[in-house]
Amino acid sequence: MDVRQPISANGGDWLTKFGDQWKTQTTQIKEKFRDKIEEICLPPDYPTDVPILFVKKEGILEVLNFLKSEPGFEYGFLADITATDEEEEPRFHVVYNLFSQVHKCRIRLKVRVRDGELVPSATAVWKGADWAEREVYDMFGIKFEGHPDLRRILMDNRWVGHPLRKDYPLRGYQVFTEPMPVDPDLLA
Amino acid sequence: MSKDGSVGFLTTRLEDFINWGRKNALWPLPFGTSCCGIEMMASLCSDYDMSRFGAEVVRFSPRQSDLLIVAGIINLKMAPVLKTVYDQMSDPKFVMSFGACASSGGIFNVYSVLQGIDTMIPVDVYVPGCPPAPEGVIHALLRLQEMVAKGETHSQRKLASLKHKTGN
Repeated sequence: MDVRQPISANGGDWLTKFGDQWKTQTTQIKEKFRDKIEEICLPPDYPTDVPILFVKKEGILEVLNFLKSEPGFEYGFLADITATDEEEEPRFHVVYNLFSQVHKCRIRLKVRVRDGELVPSATAVWKGADWAEREVYDMFGIKFEGHPDLRRILMDNRWVGHPLRKDYPLRGYQVFTEPMPVDPDLLA
Repeated sequence: MSKDGSVGFLTTRLEDFINWGRKNALWPLPFGTSCCGIEMMASLCSDYDMSRFGAEVVRFSPRQSDLLIVAGIINLKMAPVLKTVYDQMSDPKFVMSFGACASSGGIFNVYSVLQGIDTMIPVDVYVPGCPPAPEGVIHALLRLQEMVAKGETHSQRKLASLKHKTGN
């Protein structure tokens, strides 16, 4: 089986349902943010279930804001922020999954980031991006600029390294017998 | 006293008598962290009814319980919590490692999971299975009762060796 075949989505054929809508939307975005969009991957030409926009790091907040509020788009719901370690330069992809409750469709934005680079925080657009970005920081060590409280969220405070990086050992256990100390910033 | 009113008596060692009481009145603390916790509830409920063996008074405070049932996966972030709960229980205390995850990490041989709670606290009885059937749990409980009666558990052995050292 070719793993790069298009993924059939649940709940009917998305391509027949949203194909035209995606096409008009992506052409609109391309016209508006000509210098900020790096690449647009649309099904069925590219093996994906929803359109993927590769956005430049500097323009991500502007594009997110546009997608959130522009009539005809209205991607008001930030489903998730996650990341992937691509083991090439630039090393990481930060992934934003959006859902439109008005048009019942999804879109995916990706930002290419080098190791140690700062990404503008989406908390300026969605407050709910707070914990999602903390998780990305915890798992990959990607730092977000303008985040109100960038601490680890899943792993122990004393943990060294970021476990979802490809160079982190699969069995890199770090066992602590003492309870996790309370963050001094929270006490202050 | 017998039924006919005559005075009967029983001779035993005080220690054995206390252990007999202990084994028939285990107060479990349910440390249920995942699906094994559901199976533990099933063994406590009426179909299997662990209260038949004197272990139905489930306490959620480590100060009031003497049997720690670790039912489910213990993540590394949970491990210090488990250690604290175990330390807070008063001696003699018994530990049942319930299911594959608690006993060995199970299928989760990854960075975030404790590879068996026996790397952290002493375990008296292991229950295999993913999750174990309630019959297995009751079997483990009966085995634990045997061990308690004979004074074979980790905690009782530790106490005995302390007594031996101090001469009391």
